[in-house]
Amino acid sequence: MNDTRMKILTFIEHNSRIHLKELAVILGVEEVAVANELAAMEQEGIICGYHTMIDWDKTTTEKVTALIEVRVTPQRGQGFDTIAERIYKYPEVNSVYLISGGFDLMVILEGKTLKEISQFVSDKLSTQESILSTATHFILKKYKDHGTILTKKYEDERISITP
Amino acid sequence: MRKMTADQVEALKPSGIRKFFDIVSEMKDAISLGVGEPDFDTPWHIRDEGIYSLEKGRTFYTSNAGLKELKEEVCNYLNRRFQITYDPVHEVLVTVGGSEAIDIGLRAMINPGEGEEVLIPQPSYVSYEPCAILAGAKPVIIELKNENEFRLTAQELRDAITEKTKVLILPFPNNPTGAIMERENLEEIAEVIREKDIFVISDEIYAELSYKEEHVSIVNIPGMQERTILINGFSKSYAMTGWRLGYACGPKEVVAQMLKIHQYAIMCAPTTSQYAAVEALRNGDEDVAQMREAYNQRRRFLMNAFREMNLPCFEPYGAFYVFPCIKEFGMTSEEFAERFLKEEKVAVVPGTAFGDCGEGFLRISYAYSIDNLRLALTKLKDFVTRLRENKDPIC
Repeated sequence: MNDTRMKILTFIEHNSRIHLKELAVILGVEEVAVANELAAMEQEGIICGYHTMIDWDKTTTEKVTALIEVRVTPQRGQGFDTIAERIYKYPEVNSVYLISGGFDLMVILEGKTLKEISQFVSDKLSTQESILSTATHFILKKYKDHGTILTKKYEDERISITP
Repeated sequence: MRKMTADQVEALKPSGIRKFFDIVSEMKDAISLGVGEPDFDTPWHIRDEGIYSLEKGRTFYTSNAGLKELKEEVCNYLNRRFQITYDPVHEVLVTVGGSEAIDIGLRAMINPGEGEEVLIPQPSYVSYEPCAILAGAKPVIIELKNENEFRLTAQELRDAITEKTKVLILPFPNNPTGAIMERENLEEIAEVIREKDIFVISDEIYAELSYKEEHVSIVNIPGMQERTILINGFSKSYAMTGWRLGYACGPKEVVAQMLKIHQYAIMCAPTTSQYAAVEALRNGDEDVAQMREAYNQRRRFLMNAFREMNLPCFEPYGAFYVFPCIKEFGMTSEEFAERFLKEEKVAVVPGTAFGDCGEGFLRISYAYSIDNLRLALTKLKDFVTRLRENKDPIC
């Protein structure tokens, strides 16, 4: 990957809202070049979306997140892809990863209540033929997410004027 | 009762920074761009190593010159980053920040009361002049110029040298101007230094924060290592200001004398900090690179904002400061800074805090997040626009 792309990605990974003009200034790259690279990387699927990180716990909206370990029987000729696809098509499924180790797929699920999630697991997941077993872990508290600490706010503790 | 205090100390000017700090500290909601230290926390793996050393009960003195493994890592580092070779046993001394190294370096070289002169290019860090005085030297100021991008020229150096000149302080990359010295600049002054047979204390605490080419040390210039004390430390490059840890490298004759002052006055640098610093040097290169990139982004951001508001500022390639010129407003640096603080609640440091020739300039630190800088720059733009509108046009 070229240097400009690397610079752009490293910066916008944590600050996607920055204006194009400002981004060009900060990176020391021509604005046109930044715009072209951004468009190309969107086209190539390197940049897959621009999301907002929300700490729902600080709102009045109830949300429950669960990590579900899923063990499956891979299907002949298709491996894990077909079953993964069957799972990720549910809109309440946030992420699906193929994992090395003691189980096969890690599914991250968002729901309104514990009940909603357990119902999804028992009705939609466990009933699928190729799924051997599931283990559901509910998230109780988020300390850090996407490299951002959620439990503490940054405070500048430096003395305001120093030589 | 006789007077308790010494005349020489009483005669020292209180730091100009201090005065401004008192005004700022009374304003609760002021945004400050006046800080001379990184906004990053010390990388966690380095802090963790400090904590681990405490857990293991490493709470005793180290040898006077510092931990053997730290001195070795310092030498490895200087070699890896700047192609400089020192002997860890005889040529390295671990100090309490770069500040102590400046102090004891001067004291190890100056014969007090004999009128030996120490050349101090200004604007520069506030401690050189008082340290030179306290060491018994006569400080001689070289006023650096905006049109030279605040670099030291061979001519300026030559003009300042007398028969009494013993030491040149070389503070690059520079606080407060952000100026650097490139290889050809160093080669030019090195010629004068060798010819006039003087010595150098090169304060390279900001060496890692160079944004043009890789930093070049005066020690890299042939014939200079044997007449130079190289000072560096962990404060700026690893965001470790509070750990108070630096080091000095030099010819073994002078390091041996510095070590005596250090052992009687200090004993040894903080043990916890030394263990943390070993980790910093062994596994911290990537952290340094990331912080440097972040500073460089902010530097470009600031310089662009100055260009947009037509505030003249040479492009500084080092440290984390910019030094814009505010002469067009017909105010002193102090007046400008005070009004800016009162009217817009943004604190910057008047250039005069770093020497009289800082008059007409401001030191603006970019050891702040882009968001913080953006906000402060909007206020600076408002302020500057207002000043220009209210002023009679100059023709």
